Amino acid sequence: MADVVMPQMGESIAEGTIVRWIKKVGDRIDRDEPLFEISTDKVDAEIPSPSAGVLVEIRAKEGETVPVNSVVAVIGEAGAAVAAPAMIETVAAAAPSRVPSAAPPVPVPAPADRPARAAVPAPAVEASAAPPAEGAVALPRQRTSPLVRKIAKEHRLDLARVPGTGLGGRVTKDDILGFMEKGGQAARPIAFPAAPTPGAPTAAVKPGGNVEVVALSVMRKKIAEHMVFSRRTSAHVHSVFEVDYTRVAKIREARRADYERQGVKLTYMSFLMKATVDALKAVPIINSSLDGDNIVYKKDINLGIAVALDWGLIVPVITHAEDKSMLGLSRAIQDLAARARSKQLKPDEVQGGTFTITNPGVFGALFGMPIISQPQVAIMGVGNIEKRVAVMEDAIAIRTKGYLSLGYDHRLIDGAVADEFMSHVKKAIENFDPHAI
Amino acid sequence: MTRRLVVRRLGVVGYADGVELQRALVAQRTAGEIDDTLLLLQHPHVLTFGVKAGESRQHVLATPERLAMLGVELHETGRGGDVTYHGPGQIVGYPIISLKPDRCDVHLYVRDLEEVMIRVAAEYGFQAGRSPGLTGAWVGAEKIGAIGVRIQRWVTSHGFAFNVNTDLDFFRLIVPCGISDRGVTSLRRLTGRAIPIPEVEDHFVRHFCAVFARES
Repeated sequence: MADVVMPQMGESIAEGTIVRWIKKVGDRIDRDEPLFEISTDKVDAEIPSPSAGVLVEIRAKEGETVPVNSVVAVIGEAGAAVAAPAMIETVAAAAPSRVPSAAPPVPVPAPADRPARAAVPAPAVEASAAPPAEGAVALPRQRTSPLVRKIAKEHRLDLARVPGTGLGGRVTKDDILGFMEKGGQAARPIAFPAAPTPGAPTAAVKPGGNVEVVALSVMRKKIAEHMVFSRRTSAHVHSVFEVDYTRVAKIREARRADYERQGVKLTYMSFLMKATVDALKAVPIINSSLDGDNIVYKKDINLGIAVALDWGLIVPVITHAEDKSMLGLSRAIQDLAARARSKQLKPDEVQGGTFTITNPGVFGALFGMPIISQPQVAIMGVGNIEKRVAVMEDAIAIRTKGYLSLGYDHRLIDGAVADEFMSHVKKAIENFDPHAI
Repeated sequence: MTRRLVVRRLGVVGYADGVELQRALVAQRTAGEIDDTLLLLQHPHVLTFGVKAGESRQHVLATPERLAMLGVELHETGRGGDVTYHGPGQIVGYPIISLKPDRCDVHLYVRDLEEVMIRVAAEYGFQAGRSPGLTGAWVGAEKIGAIGVRIQRWVTSHGFAFNVNTDLDFFRLIVPCGISDRGVTSLRRLTGRAIPIPEVEDHFVRHFCAVFARES
C-alpha cells in the first residue's frame, strides 16, 4: 500500500486543490502515470502516481483543498480490496462481496441490519494488512477529514465511538471536539457506528432512489452562492407594512391611456419606484453600504428591480433613479425587463444597484421575506395588491390594498429607521400627488 | 552552463492549433527530444477558461449570441486561472520548458513570468508590479499581463498574455480572471501610441533569457 500525498509544488505553497481525478477507484495505474490534477494559485499541475498498482481509495474529492503532504489517495497492490468511495454511483461496485479472501477478517454488517443508515455509502474496507491497533474492533471506517483523523490519533480516540452529525453520519471536527469535551473518553459500549442522530442532515441522494440528478445552471449556482453569502453577511430582519393603494389605483386608471400613447405601461411598480426613490432621499442610510467600520452613503440612487425569468432571476438596475420622472422610471424598467428576458442586458446594467425592489406579489404571495442583494443593506418586497375589506372610520369599506415588506441589515439599520423609511413609502403611495406623474 | 532556449515566433495562431502544438511539444520536451522552447504568438479573438471552467464561465458577461456576433470563440483549456481574453495585438507567450532540476517550484515559476513582464513594461518607462494575492503584472490598479500555467512533470505549458495594442473593449465581455474590481490596460493605452509587436517580442526574448538563465 502506498499513500499518495498532496505534493509540495513550491516552497511557499501550503495547500492545493484537487481539480480532477484522472483515474477512478479500482483503476490500474503505472508508476509516473498521471493520477490527478491540482491547482494552486494560477497554476494547474498534473500529478503522476508515485507507484504502480490499483487505486484503492480516493480521500480528497474534486474541488477539495487539502494541506500539502496530506494523504489524498491510496494505491494498493494489484488485486487489493477497493474501499467504498464517497460517490454513490460506485457504491454497488464496492459491495462487500468484492472483498477478496486475502483481506483481513473484517466484520461487515449486512446492510439489512442497519436500515437507518441506508444513506451511508457501503462499508469501507481497509485493505491494510496491519491488525487494528489498541485492540479496537475493526469497524467499517467512516469517511472523515484528515483533521478529524489527526485529532482522533492524537487523543487515541476510536472514531467509531464518536456520533457523527455530518453528511451520512460522518464525524466532523465539532463532533469530535464536542465528544471529548463531554468526557468522551469514558467507556461507552462499542457498537457499530451510531445511526445519524434525529434531525441530523442526511445525504440528499440515497443509492437506488427514484430521482433524477440535474446539474445546476451557472445562473442557479450564482444565485445560490449569493443568497447564502448574503444570509451569512447581513443580520436580516424584516418589517411588513400594509399599504392602501386605492388612491393610486384611481390615478392609474385615469392616466393609463396617456402613458400607453407614449408606449409605456403605467403599473403599480411605477408608483412604488417613485415613492421608494423619494423615501431613499428622506432616509439615506437605506441607500448605503457597510464597509468594515464605515458607512458608505451612495449619492446616486441605483434602483435594482428583480425580474423573474423562466430560467432564473435577474436584477437589472435603473441608474440615477433620483433624476428620473415616473415616466422615465417606468420606461427604464420596461426596457430593462424586456432585454433581460431576451438576454440582451449589458453587464453594467445589472451592476451597481444601491437598493432593490422585488415583487413576490405577482405570483400571489401576500408578502415576501426577501434576502438582501449584497453589498446593499435593504430590499423591499411588494406583496399581492388586491381589493380587501377594510375598516375606515368605523365603517367597512372595499379598498385596494397590499403588503410591503422590507428586509434590512440590522448591523446598520435599526427597526425604527427601517419603519421610518417604510412610513415614507406608505405615505407617498396613500397620498400620491396626481400631478407628480 | 546556460541552457539553450529555442524561440519560435509564430505570428497569429488559432487557439486550438496553439493547444495542439503545445501538447506535442510538451511530450517531446518530457521525452528529452527537444530543447526548452518559447512560443511567441497572437491569437484571434477568443475567451479561454481555466481548469475550473464551471466557475469561470460565470465570469463571462456577454451572451453566446453576442460573442458569436463579435466573432469571439470560446475554449476550455488545461491551464490554471480563470477566464481570460486573447486577441490581436496581445503577445501570448507559451514557454515549454523543463523546470528540473533547480526551478521545481510553481510559485517561483509564476513569479519569474511576472518578472519578465515587469521588465518588458519597464522598457517603455512603466513601473509594473505585483499585486499581493493577484497573479499577473499590474500597472497601478490595472493589469497589463496575465498568467495561466500548466505543469506536467515539471514541464510547463500555457504561460502569459501581455497587452501591447490589444483592443481592451473585449475585456468588457468578461470579468478578467474573476477579479471584478480591477481593470486592464495595454502598452498602447499607457503610451498613447501603437507599439510594433516584433519590438516587444525582442524585449520578451531578452528578459525571458535573463530571468530564466537561458540562452537563445
